Amino acid sequence: MSSSCRRPEHMAPPEVFYNEQEAKKYSQNSRMIEIQTQMSERAVELLSLPEDQPCYLLDVGCGSGLSGDYLSEAGHYWVGVDISTAMLDVALQRDVEGDLLLGDMGEGLPFRPGMFDGCISISALQWLCNADKKTHSPPKRLYRFFSTLYSSLARGARAVFQIYPENSEQLELITAQAMKAGFTGGMVVDYPNSSKAKKFFLCLFAGVSGVLPKGLCSESTDRGVSNQAQFTAQRSRFKNMKGKSVKKSKDWIMEKKERRRRQGKDVRADTKYTARHRKPRF
Amino acid sequence: MKLLTHNMLTSHVKGVTKGYPLIIKATEVKVNELEFNAQFVSRMIPKLEWSALIQAAEWLGQSQDLPSALIPDYENDEEFLRKVHRILLEVEVIEGCLQCPESGREFPISKGVPNMLLNEGE
Repeated sequence: MSSSCRRPEHMAPPEVFYNEQEAKKYSQNSRMIEIQTQMSERAVELLSLPEDQPCYLLDVGCGSGLSGDYLSEAGHYWVGVDISTAMLDVALQRDVEGDLLLGDMGEGLPFRPGMFDGCISISALQWLCNADKKTHSPPKRLYRFFSTLYSSLARGARAVFQIYPENSEQLELITAQAMKAGFTGGMVVDYPNSSKAKKFFLCLFAGVSGVLPKGLCSESTDRGVSNQAQFTAQRSRFKNMKGKSVKKSKDWIMEKKERRRRQGKDVRADTKYTARHRKPRF
Repeated sequence: MKLLTHNMLTSHVKGVTKGYPLIIKATEVKVNELEFNAQFVSRMIPKLEWSALIQAAEWLGQSQDLPSALIPDYENDEEFLRKVHRILLEVEVIEGCLQCPESGREFPISKGVPNMLLNEGE
């Protein structure tokens, strides 16, 4: 995503982070364009749309239209929603074919029921997991988004979200709200063993129980390792088999810090050094 | 904002029950040219709210020879499909606003992009 920091959603709300400077970077950085196009391609593949048929799709967090351009190339018509005017301005300059809307996905989608044949979202959903204003409640915003998305989709349509989850709790929060809104589906993980190439795609089905597509993996990995997590209406939790995170792991440390924050205790801010492995004599 | 999108948009303010269709008050309208795809147009027609489309076309002064009710067997009528294609995808509202029919709340349109951001408490 951004070259200057690992988690941009910790720096500022999306409409502030994606200012003119950042928006310009997005449209000119060839590596950025390549990655976004690849992820859009994979997301459309996971949508499993009927072949040779132009569809009406929704692009949530369309930004400067990089993913939208891919949709247009594939012959589809699309509507994009984004919260940043700077990014949408870049999209207008790039003369994208889709129709653009300035909106906050956490406020719900303003559409009539059953309109879209599918929905994609590239690197956007994780922004909903942070409370940028005092009045924000991430679970409520996630639910409002998912429930309005569920109604906006036609029966049997899919929604594919490429996300950068911070930890398993965030993943759990997202999937819980999606299930509550009526979606079924699961996570597809591509290249689970490569920290650089690993990509998470949340695949949701509206109204019809579908077969979850397989995640991609490189040839040398052990094929026996499962790289999907499927969920249905049954409550399931994304945790270690024993029910808790492995003691002293990064996940465990982050969870403990979160617990102490909730208790109101003074906790050091999270940085890139948090839970870093120290030498034994430390 | 194309009229295809307008046909899908409603007001998502809390408490509003009849936020559709949004009234268009356009100050600048543009007509582009877009490649005609008969398959897409005939697939979208059943999803459209036809009366809302006709009304929107009238507000923009673009309602030339569109029938007020949907004709049966439209899939094979290419002329009709081309007219629908034009009104759905080629006519664009660049400046203006959308007004909620129930509450009167306005969503401004600037550079062709409607601003659907809600205020605190909506």
